[in-house]
Amino acid sequence: MPPILEYVSVVRRLGGRPVLDGFTLSIAEGETVALVGPSGSGKTTALKLANRLLEPDSGEVRVFGEPAASQDPIRLRRGVGWVIQEGGLFPHWTVEENVSAVPRLLGWPPGKRRERALALLESVGLPAADFARRRPGELSGGQRQRVGVARALAAEPRLVLMDEPFGALDPPSRRAIQEEFRGWRTRLRAAVLFVTHDVGEAFLLADRVAVLAGGNVRQVGTPDELRRRPVDELVRGFLAGSSS
Amino acid sequence: MSAIAAFFWERRAEIAALAAQHVMLVAAATAIAAGIGVPLGVALTRRPRLARPVLGFANVIQTIPSLALFGFLIPVPLLGGIGARTAIVALVLYGLLPILRNTHAGIRSVDPAIVEAADGLGMTPRQRLRFVDLPLAMPVILAGIRVAVVVGVGLATIAAAIGAGGLGVLIYRGVATVDHRLILAGAVPAALLAILFDVLLGAAEKRLSGVR
Repeated sequence: MPPILEYVSVVRRLGGRPVLDGFTLSIAEGETVALVGPSGSGKTTALKLANRLLEPDSGEVRVFGEPAASQDPIRLRRGVGWVIQEGGLFPHWTVEENVSAVPRLLGWPPGKRRERALALLESVGLPAADFARRRPGELSGGQRQRVGVARALAAEPRLVLMDEPFGALDPPSRRAIQEEFRGWRTRLRAAVLFVTHDVGEAFLLADRVAVLAGGNVRQVGTPDELRRRPVDELVRGFLAGSSS
Repeated sequence: MSAIAAFFWERRAEIAALAAQHVMLVAAATAIAAGIGVPLGVALTRRPRLARPVLGFANVIQTIPSLALFGFLIPVPLLGGIGARTAIVALVLYGLLPILRNTHAGIRSVDPAIVEAADGLGMTPRQRLRFVDLPLAMPVILAGIRVAVVVGVGLATIAAAIGAGGLGVLIYRGVATVDHRLILAGAVPAALLAILFDVLLGAAEKRLSGVR
């Protein structure tokens, strides 16, 4: 089975400076991979290359076994779940409308959309009866993040990209939602690539962790491998310094 | 005071007819100005290079004294001449700037994170415009329309000078005959119309921004 997402020697520059420089990583079907690294190391850039919000300057990104560059960006994005920092919800839409966004774009019939949205809200811990008709402005940060996750999962994507999904939360709600994420993970059949600056979160949630520095992956492995055998001082220092 | 009220009352039919005419002038002009200004404002957000010259040009139109603009338009074929059509053209030109500027500014002020979310979810540019950009910019666009309407109600009184009718007819007649009561019979309803529209559109704006 080909990897569901694969970066092959990707270079992406920002104002002449390479942000990613020979970035190579692959994510298998159903796998959860965390991308960690200091800020400015290109983590978010890597995510945006996977749904063609950005294009590589060289190298190749392959999604669902095909080059991303050869896929229609609109169709590709509808097939890839996308969880944004702070939720990125549409403030003028209700929670239910937000969750139904991609099914609506895909033209699902209203009944099916609604059924799916309500079920998802329940599964992220937001009882639909209480929350479906509220607007994002009436929710707490943690609730917005949950809606953001539900929105990303609505159209049953095989790949979900998450950019600091729990970054904006205070530590207690963060721990709670991380624990729940482990529950959703086992029910999800999607592969997940998530970006975090929190090494503790990466170790807690990911099957494998990739440490990004200097534009490419310094080391990738299971949390255990990274803890026991960091390849160099930089990785060791980073893992020790920023775990929380 | 009661003498003026009695004067107004006597002429209520004429005042009402001219007020209706006045509203029609402003409504037609605002509808056309919005029909041009909103799409053009959207287009300018997609072509930032054009934004400055186009907004600048609309600004220049705004600086032409209104009586002069009415006068300039009279000899223009198709658009000009004597009557309501010329007045509407002039009112459209004045209404264009606030609507254009606010549409442009309103869409550009939509949170870039929301815009990126719309793109990342797989909205086409057209869907993003319809589902995200326009609804979120709507309070600002509406504020522009409100300015166009309020300014238009005032300017339309001058349109009587080129035979377009409206409440200006009473004002001009009052000026010509040095009759304060006639001037007031045109000016007071015009001011009330301006306030009424301002309040109504302000309420609509507030309702829409409450949603955000």
